Amino acid sequence: MAAPPDALQPYPVVGALPDDGSLTRDLLGPNWSASRAWWPLFIVSGAFAVLFIVAIAFTVVKGIGVWGNNIPVAWAYGITDFVWWIGIGHAGTFISAFLLLLNQRWRASINRLAEAMTIFALVNASLFPLLHLGRPWFFYWLVPYPATTGVWPNFKSSLPWDVAAIATYFTVSLLFWYLGLIPDLAAARDAAPGLRRRRVYGVFALGWRGRAREWQHYRVAYMLFAGLATPLVISVHSIVSLDFSITQLPGWHSTIFPPYFVVGAIYSGLAMLLMLVLPVRRIFHLEEVITRRHLDNIAKLILLCGCLLAYSYVCEMFGAWYSGNVYERFAMLISRPFGPYGVLFWIMTAANVLTPHLFWSARMRTNTIVLFVAGVIIWVGMWLERFVIIAGSLSQTFLPSSWHLFIPTWVDWSLLVGSVGLFVFLFLAFLRWVPFVSVAEVKRLRLDVQRGVAERSAT
Amino acid sequence: MRRESHGPELLAEFGTVDAMLHAIDALGDSYGEIETYTPYDVPDVDGRLGLRPSRIGWIAAFGGLCGMVTAYGIQWWADVHAYPLNVGGRPLHAAPAFLLVTFEGTVLGAALATFIGLLLLLGFPKLWAPVDEVEGFDRAAIDRFWIAIPALANENDRERADALLHEAGALRTVVVGGA
Repeated sequence: MAAPPDALQPYPVVGALPDDGSLTRDLLGPNWSASRAWWPLFIVSGAFAVLFIVAIAFTVVKGIGVWGNNIPVAWAYGITDFVWWIGIGHAGTFISAFLLLLNQRWRASINRLAEAMTIFALVNASLFPLLHLGRPWFFYWLVPYPATTGVWPNFKSSLPWDVAAIATYFTVSLLFWYLGLIPDLAAARDAAPGLRRRRVYGVFALGWRGRAREWQHYRVAYMLFAGLATPLVISVHSIVSLDFSITQLPGWHSTIFPPYFVVGAIYSGLAMLLMLVLPVRRIFHLEEVITRRHLDNIAKLILLCGCLLAYSYVCEMFGAWYSGNVYERFAMLISRPFGPYGVLFWIMTAANVLTPHLFWSARMRTNTIVLFVAGVIIWVGMWLERFVIIAGSLSQTFLPSSWHLFIPTWVDWSLLVGSVGLFVFLFLAFLRWVPFVSVAEVKRLRLDVQRGVAERSAT
Repeated sequence: MRRESHGPELLAEFGTVDAMLHAIDALGDSYGEIETYTPYDVPDVDGRLGLRPSRIGWIAAFGGLCGMVTAYGIQWWADVHAYPLNVGGRPLHAAPAFLLVTFEGTVLGAALATFIGLLLLLGFPKLWAPVDEVEGFDRAAIDRFWIAIPALANENDRERADALLHEAGALRTVVVGGA
């Protein structure tokens, strides 16, 4: 592991790891017994998940009148939460698929965590549009099926696009995640203490034995999934953005939306990834597996996405000004920065535009406290961005006599906070029972580093 | 493609990747179909074992094509024939609008085909195989590297293979399966 020191890349992609046997035990150990902090966290997050369920039940029983939504602000927290969560999911796919295709080997030790984040974020994301239907038990009306009424969905509307995009994204993410897990489930099957655990992991491992012929097909299948997931993730948030941009509403009706939303999505997801990776790294002592190289790289990606997002903000405003349209100019240049939600706009701008510039400093990029706090700020900032775009634009439209503000109710807040609780609950369950670092990939990466073939491609 | 172990097999356990690769080279191609069991995807094994490239890409392409045709077909059938809805005089057959769902259908079809194709190619789920009976074989998923060759009927040949494997650094050899 005597790679020549590189001025641009001072941190190793894998630290000083023990031999394969101890490494496997270390990485799978947390799956056999709960750490001390786990139960209290699990119960508290579970309580918030219950709050989420209560708020959902209340919404379904009483109808969405219990939300603060009104006319003209027919879309508010529900759609904001939806766009926010689905965006967070995108960073997971970005790490597992884009970086695999680009041969970025450092992804190996964080891809599992990132993919789990995607799955759980999508669980939350898909609930909000369903609730927003008002009568969620008729959700299947969105799916083309031969109904006796003879009525079919209108595929020129963006809502069936959403259904197709989210359903595909969830399915592909889940299969991709599971596919990546299979060799590690086999390792868990063979390393687990006790017959019961071995049986459970054994069933999920499907009989993986690591034969050369298994690896050969598996490698290609995994790469195919990456190739499919990469354009998919771009299409999903593009389609989400089309929900807005194909309308005529100033503040929504903008051609820059698809790339702008995709960048914002990855940005918010990377921020949340920091919030998850840093505690996991600390609690499970993974400093040699998730090295400072990973933190450094995530911070650089956040810096890049932050700059692209700032550019999108400017373009959006410039487009409104340059259009010469009074409604566009009012929505983007007066109502958004100085209107009733102006304060939120400025907080969002400060959070999303200024925060990433911390990471021009190499010291900041590996300071875990700075990274965590920046992650939280951007995570909140990105929620505010969606709120400002969605509810802010709707509250002051063409006709001043119909202007109306949106005030969230306790149900709105419970759904937002509860969805975070459900996420944490699911994530803790994942940490407890699923191999959360790709053991097989870390071993292979270490072999490549030892042979000197990974460093060249691992930047 | 898929290899079931019918006859008895000679298994050899190795402590390192390099020892295993060395042993494969030492065996050459006079011992039939060699199989390896490794905890991670070891480079250069495919070439040494003479495996043909995986054809799973074709399965994915076929699945993607099916998904694409199905997705476009449903939209076309629903919006042009079964339930034509005139929205502001726009054409009923609106290809640009249909392409989004068609793309998603393509990806979904390809992904499902890849996953199911992989399971079929590997014969999964296969929760038991004769090698599982070998004491300590479970380390194949953790930190040991195994080679399996079809055990030879001729005792001399068998002993020679056994000697070759030991010489190449095998920690031990085991005969498994068969009658």
